[in-house]
Amino acid sequence: MTTAPPEDAVTTYREAMRDALREALSGDERVFLIGEDVGRYGGCFGVSLGLLEEFGPERVRDAPLSESAFVGAGIGAALAGMRPIVEIMTVNFSLLALDQILNNAATLLHMSNGQLPVPVVIRMTTGAGRQLAAQHSHSLEGWYAHIPGIRVLTPATVEDARYMLPAALADPDPVLIFEHGSLYNAKGALPRSGTTAGLDRAAVRRSGTDVSLITYGGSLPKALSAADALAQEGIEADVVDLRTLRPLDTETVAASAARTHRVVVVDEAWRTGGIGAEVSARVAEDSFYDLDSPVERVGCAEVPIPYARQLEEAALPQPADIVAAVHRAVN
Amino acid sequence: MAEFTMPSLGADMEEGLLQEWLVHPGDHVGRGDAVAVVETAKSAIEVECFETGTVGALLVEPGTTVSVGTVLATIETEPEAAEARANPRRTRRAAPPADEGRTEREHSAAKAPDLPPAEAPEPPVAPDRLEAGPLLRRDAERAGVDLASVHGSGPGGRVTRHDVERAGEDSAAARPPARRQVTPLARRLAGELDVDLAEIGGTGKNGAIRAGDVRRAAAGPRTETAPRPTAPTPTREERPTPMRRAIADLMTRANREIPHYHLATTIDLHPAMEWLHEHNRNSPVDRRLLPAALLIKATARAAAEVPDLNGFWIDDHFEAGSGVHVGVAVSLRGGGLVAPALHDADTLEVTALMAALKDVVVRARGGRLRGSEVSGATITVTNLGDQGAEAVFGVIHPPQVALVGFGRVVDRPWAVDGLLGVRPVVTATLSADHRATDGSVGARFLSVVDRQLQSPEHL
Repeated sequence: MTTAPPEDAVTTYREAMRDALREALSGDERVFLIGEDVGRYGGCFGVSLGLLEEFGPERVRDAPLSESAFVGAGIGAALAGMRPIVEIMTVNFSLLALDQILNNAATLLHMSNGQLPVPVVIRMTTGAGRQLAAQHSHSLEGWYAHIPGIRVLTPATVEDARYMLPAALADPDPVLIFEHGSLYNAKGALPRSGTTAGLDRAAVRRSGTDVSLITYGGSLPKALSAADALAQEGIEADVVDLRTLRPLDTETVAASAARTHRVVVVDEAWRTGGIGAEVSARVAEDSFYDLDSPVERVGCAEVPIPYARQLEEAALPQPADIVAAVHRAVN
Repeated sequence: MAEFTMPSLGADMEEGLLQEWLVHPGDHVGRGDAVAVVETAKSAIEVECFETGTVGALLVEPGTTVSVGTVLATIETEPEAAEARANPRRTRRAAPPADEGRTEREHSAAKAPDLPPAEAPEPPVAPDRLEAGPLLRRDAERAGVDLASVHGSGPGGRVTRHDVERAGEDSAAARPPARRQVTPLARRLAGELDVDLAEIGGTGKNGAIRAGDVRRAAAGPRTETAPRPTAPTPTREERPTPMRRAIADLMTRANREIPHYHLATTIDLHPAMEWLHEHNRNSPVDRRLLPAALLIKATARAAAEVPDLNGFWIDDHFEAGSGVHVGVAVSLRGGGLVAPALHDADTLEVTALMAALKDVVVRARGGRLRGSEVSGATITVTNLGDQGAEAVFGVIHPPQVALVGFGRVVDRPWAVDGLLGVRPVVTATLSADHRATDGSVGARFLSVVDRQLQSPEHL
């Protein structure tokens, strides 16, 4: 049983997410949490630990291994006026519920001529780096960002982990939240914030004038670490955290490109047809006359994520790969 | 019978790798002809021979590393060649005994016009890709040539650099000329700053013009050591390790053995720059000068006037150089330096000196310097150009006894006839070997450089 941390306290991404859930559950009777192991086990990644004891089995509901069924149940509950928060263990398993998400949640408002909003929030982990092998490690948030009618959030900081959820619950449309598994233990200060963070704008996490690193989620810490290394060489990187993959905040990206004239897109997903490709295309459309070098992209090796530690590290984009891409763009 | 030996292409060179023969047995060669390519720690050098005659036996296989002084080939000088024709046995140990019954005339008539090689020629074999050294592979890559498809004219069908070059020319002729690559931002800036893209060089990948190039061009006349070649330049290559090691050895030796003294003086370049701008305004592009040409010419004149700084310290005594051969430090793209020599720079007319400087810089960066250029400098100039610092205090290139450095040309407040004005000035420095000269000689040298630059029209 944890209590909410005082303002400005250092907390972890996991605890920030739990505080957001607790606040949602206590603030609105219509909110409930459903998913595999969210109750007795305390969440696969420990996010909902203690919430079952606090709010009871009506509000924190363990579901069987049946993604299509419990995501469908969440969508049905949302149609009926509830505000469900559905947790899926990993994005790989969300594919079992893709029919529900794409064919129901994302379409019903449109097909009912605005009569059937679907205010569901679906949370899931994404990404690799923890030796969970190919079936638990992929980054498919870019696939969901392809779908009109839903919003895709990728909180990368403690602050976004804490304040994106209430904003998502307030959104009348389906919202997907992707939590990168490597971030749960990340620590950060939780700034004093009486309001929720906006969902529409990307954030410049570090200012620089020589190159733009456009990234999100689990790749943000790597981009920041690459930016530190580059600063040692006198190359100042502008690091843009997209925060929301759909709708994309292309204005912030274009403004950064106009400042630096060089763009490197960093994305843990496969490059081919990924969200990094979309960002890169938008840069080509919006910022062509500001570019002084071709757009560089850093992504994952196009293989199923390997289990062996060294192979996994080799497959994933690392700070050194980002530094190398920046050198290509700058030199 | 003369011997062609592995030359010493620098004070620090102990051995060299014979890359390729540029001649075949029986070829006629003249003094100064390039006969072989030798790869040193620094770069590939075309080595010239000093004899006139006919190439005899090639004694060393390409791809072999031998120490300096090793005989690589025999050259029959003119009288010998005539004799050899009269008496083939002298050079043909493997030849069958001559028929005693033949007359001299029949002997010479029976003789083929050119001598076969001393050893039986190897049967031609299909060129083996693995035999191509890194240099050859790099050349092929640059020229966009597939090595497997190149006809090899070397021994045993080996592909030589010459073959690659020819294949490259053929395929280049077949290709339409490449469109100049310009980044979108650079193109936009060129429009805004009114810069003609055809007039400027590019520093980007494959010679692409980038925003920085346009801004520099817009900022006014360039005053850097060397014009950037506008031809596509190779991307950074993995050569720095032996190069760095060679520089490290030489500079360590210089600092260990040479007691340096350093002098500096600031020179008013107002007359020189005025003259230069006037000259460039009235000259076609290919005859335009950079300040570097005037600085080098003034240095060469001063070296001729103060000969104690022009030469070498060898075996505990000073040897004056025969002629003023100015080494010019050229930085290479992959890092590192070479200092090819401009021969008799004190007598070269400035436009000729400028052309020689351009030529040698382009070839230095392309790795195509000749043996006589990488050694033989009697004094070295390092010119930082407009990217550089205001003064450079360099390290002498052994066995030379002096190195002259020029910093960036900068506008400074300057007193002239009791009045203050703004003048372009440059800091000239001298690093000299205290074993050979003392400070008074060095000071005289710098004052001569100054004096020369005050009357640029006489340079």
